[in-house]
Amino acid sequence: MGEQYVCKSFEFKDGERRIIRIGDDEIGVFRHEGEFFAYSNYCVHQGGPACEGLIIARVEERLRPDKTSMGLFFSEKDMSFACPWHGYEYDMRTGQHIADRRVRLRKYQVLQKGEDIYVVV
Amino acid sequence: MDLISDRGRRVPIEDLNTTRLLDHAAKQARDRRYEDVLIVDCDAHHYENENLSEIIPFMENEVFKQLSLSSRTKGRGHISPVGYGWQDMGGRVTRYPMRSSEKTPVEKGPKRDVELGFRWMDAMGVDYSCLFPTGMLNIGLHPQKEMEFELSWAYARWVTEKVLPESQGRMYTMLGLPFSDPEGCLRMVETFGDRKGVGGFMVTSVREKMAVYDNAYMKLYRALEERGLALAFHSGPNWNSSTFQSCNRFISAHALGFSWFSILHCTNWVVNGMGERFPKLPVIWIESGLAWIPFLMQKLDHEFMLRPSECPLLKKKPSDYMRDMFYSTQPMEIQDMQALETTFRMMNAETQLMYASDYPHWDFDLPSTIWDLPFLSDRAKHNIIGGTAARLFKLEPRNEAQRQNLIKYGNYRGSTAAPARESTPPEPAL
Ligand code: FES
Repeated sequence: MGEQYVCKSFEFKDGERRIIRIGDDEIGVFRHEGEFFAYSNYCVHQGGPACEGLIIARVEERLRPDKTSMGLFFSEKDMSFACPWHGYEYDMRTGQHIADRRVRLRKYQVLQKGEDIYVVV
Repeated sequence: MDLISDRGRRVPIEDLNTTRLLDHAAKQARDRRYEDVLIVDCDAHHYENENLSEIIPFMENEVFKQLSLSSRTKGRGHISPVGYGWQDMGGRVTRYPMRSSEKTPVEKGPKRDVELGFRWMDAMGVDYSCLFPTGMLNIGLHPQKEMEFELSWAYARWVTEKVLPESQGRMYTMLGLPFSDPEGCLRMVETFGDRKGVGGFMVTSVREKMAVYDNAYMKLYRALEERGLALAFHSGPNWNSSTFQSCNRFISAHALGFSWFSILHCTNWVVNGMGERFPKLPVIWIESGLAWIPFLMQKLDHEFMLRPSECPLLKKKPSDYMRDMFYSTQPMEIQDMQALETTFRMMNAETQLMYASDYPHWDFDLPSTIWDLPFLSDRAKHNIIGGTAARLFKLEPRNEAQRQNLIKYGNYRGSTAAPARESTPPEPAL
């Protein structure tokens, strides 16, 4: 186990992402609502750069109590990032595929030491 | 470049560079030593609609040419039917909205199309690709058969005279037929069938009315069979079709549409005994995935046993005729590995299935979708990923290791010439 330096925390704005490369490995690091999340950049689908695509709120369909649909909405709380190759959509906080939680990206721990951000590899 | 996300939020995304986007595909190609294996992509696309100003002048009829040129002035109007839907999934598939940000040495035209093709082919380890248009896959929905012919003709001239010659022999095509005009189809085959890079002809199967068994087409099929050219049916969605009007999500119209048009036309092809009438004509069903094949085989065999008097030309079961035809892999439904293995067995995939990427469209498949399947023999892998297509389209290996592999799996014999015959004299200059 080692620690891979990412950058200074003040250089990493909320809503941003960085890709760090360690040999053949690639890790996507996100800053979302003040927290850091890090995942393998190899999509579990066909190996695309899972962390390099669009960051977008989850789409929800809301139902009324009588089960009629109110239509489609962007979630107020759940954020996803989508693999740019075919659109596999992963939960920002867990790295799980939003449609099948068993499908998930490898998650890495992110450490903050003072102003320095590291990923534990 | 920024992409639009939820609530108008903008997310910066690196400008598109296909080589960079497909960096992980290139790693797969290196890890699996694809350079030793001839890989043929039987279905790849370019966006010919970005080059309409070059294509329209090849139209023959001056009236339709003038109409088209006028309609295109200042970007007004569409000259061919436009399929609607959300292919880019709101920008989640970034190469759609980012497309214009990709830099190439030549900004526009055939050289750019070929350069972009080489970028993804080289990244994936693809040696040859069969190039198809994108927008013109909807040509069968045009209400004017004259325009269908004019556009098919113009595209055929442009792609064979301007695009394929730039591709160093690595791209070939099956030219779209103006299927509403049987005489026009025949003229296309007679005119373009011998051109370099033409491996066959293609019917855009997104059509609301198409009788593939009509007597009017027999001359066409005979002409293809005599020339050793393939006939492909390329599927697609049509959300506007009355069949799919009740689909309130694109996923429904897309998933069903691609399967449906192949199911429909393949059924008509089989029950009318086309396999008996043209036994040497290679027929290829493109871009419907594979899950529809075992369904249709079982369904038709079941009904055929009950109603053989409606299909008197058939000398064997419908599924046997289906096993005589070819299929492209993409978009391959890799969900239940046992179901997929059964599908491969039922269709004789080892000899009848050919890899296709469909790149750059949103649901493209990498060669690893075939190469990594746990149940395939080495022979089946080599055949599907390129060997069968090498035989069918007479494609040469690009290095000695590929040649040895083609020989090893019995795919070299046919590979003695370029994918097409010598070029015929081009049409008169514009
Ligand atoms: S490789 Fe990521 S969605 Fe397909």
